[in-house]
Amino acid sequence: MFGPLTVKPSESKGDKTGSWRTLARPRYLHKDCIACRMCLLICPEGCVSGKEKNAFSVDYTFCKGCGLCADICPKKDIVMEPEEQKGEGK
Amino acid sequence: MKQFAEGSHAVAEIIKACQPGVISAYPITPQTHIVEDLAQMVSNGELKSQFVNVESEHSAASVVLGGSATGVRVYTATSSQGLFYMQEVVFNIAGMRLPVVMTCANRAISAPINIWNDQQDSISLRDAGWVQIYAEDNQEAVDFHLIAYRLGEDKRVMLPVMVCMDGFILTHGMETVDLPEQDKVNKFLPKYNPLYKLDTAEPISMGLLADPDYYMEARFAIQETMKDSLGYLSEISQEFNAVFGRDYKDLLVEEYQTKDADKVIVAMGSVCGTIKEVVDEQRSKGKKVGLLRIITYRPFPYARIYEALKDVPRVAVLDKAVSLGAYAPIAVEMKAAFYGKKKGPKIISSFVGGLGGRDITLESIHEVLRRLTAKEVNSDFIDLKPELLKEEYGK
Repeated sequence: MFGPLTVKPSESKGDKTGSWRTLARPRYLHKDCIACRMCLLICPEGCVSGKEKNAFSVDYTFCKGCGLCADICPKKDIVMEPEEQKGEGK
Repeated sequence: MKQFAEGSHAVAEIIKACQPGVISAYPITPQTHIVEDLAQMVSNGELKSQFVNVESEHSAASVVLGGSATGVRVYTATSSQGLFYMQEVVFNIAGMRLPVVMTCANRAISAPINIWNDQQDSISLRDAGWVQIYAEDNQEAVDFHLIAYRLGEDKRVMLPVMVCMDGFILTHGMETVDLPEQDKVNKFLPKYNPLYKLDTAEPISMGLLADPDYYMEARFAIQETMKDSLGYLSEISQEFNAVFGRDYKDLLVEEYQTKDADKVIVAMGSVCGTIKEVVDEQRSKGKKVGLLRIITYRPFPYARIYEALKDVPRVAVLDKAVSLGAYAPIAVEMKAAFYGKKKGPKIISSFVGGLGGRDITLESIHEVLRRLTAKEVNSDFIDLKPELLKEEYGK
């Protein structure tokens, strides 16, 4: 008998880590964004996407609410909000 | 082909015949001769294998894990502290369902440091998910390695197998062994054809994070496969007998004069040779004594043992290991095998002996039989020297 054993590339997308989020979720203000991409690069789930200024977004299906994007944003253009307050993006 | 050989050399010969693609090991007494011989064979060109020299047992285990993950047959061997140093990788190998074969040359555990034989090392890793088979003599040590590869690589199993042989007593003991011929080995053990492997053309990952949604099933699957392996071992032993002309019943236990016995000793490994001698002597005097030798310790053959001993009134379990602060390891299993059952021994007494290489002599076995009375004892040490024990330090 075999249980979960091997994983093919991109199969880990089946793990909806967004369910881990309990306290806060990031909200992108889209005011002062300079498109430095730091939020995208630091995201441990790789769930931030975007190219242009003020056009980055988070996939909440995978966002664990760790807050790294908000912390690293040089323009403080991302804020962590309590989970109850549904911000933009969902 | 019959050969008078040291146990370690005989094991190296059979591993050569199994043709592992990767061998990695770190020398530790009393395992050293096995891997020394294999290194020599590779160096002489007799064995086409990658022998990876490493800086530790942790690395040796990691190398064979990686080798096996790429889909080749692998081999390693260790003892005692080396096995403990491998421990986290040992669990990983089983969790990743890689059919690694390892020889454990059984040796005592530090501290105090001791290079001599008991079975504390492999027994301490009983929960790792490895099948553990214990040899009584060098012929079995040879045969069990072939069976280990065959079982582990079976597509229904895909689990690592540890062949345990008592350090020095077997590894350094000279015996005549019948070394299986290469053509017969090839017939019994086909080329390893992995179910899954690391391959850049078809990338997969192994051993990745399994969160609470996935982890339990991975463990459950090993538990079930372990239980099924008891049956596979019986099946494979019959095929082995047919190819090599041996007489293994099922490779789970050996019943020696147990049928009408009123006293049976349960033990594992080379000490069973000594016990058989005592059994023969007692039987010649008309005393109904027997031996139940455990061959496969993991998975533990509870049902088989129940059938073998259900009508025996008194059983003495002789462990060459302790679970400090609890019942001895084999004794626990024996009691569990009969708990809540209608039939079974009235007395299951547990004895501990032979730790750190103290000889278990014919007299030691007689002592076990003398202490197997109507009063059950637990973890009763035999051959203790009371003069070395003080209630207060330094007095």
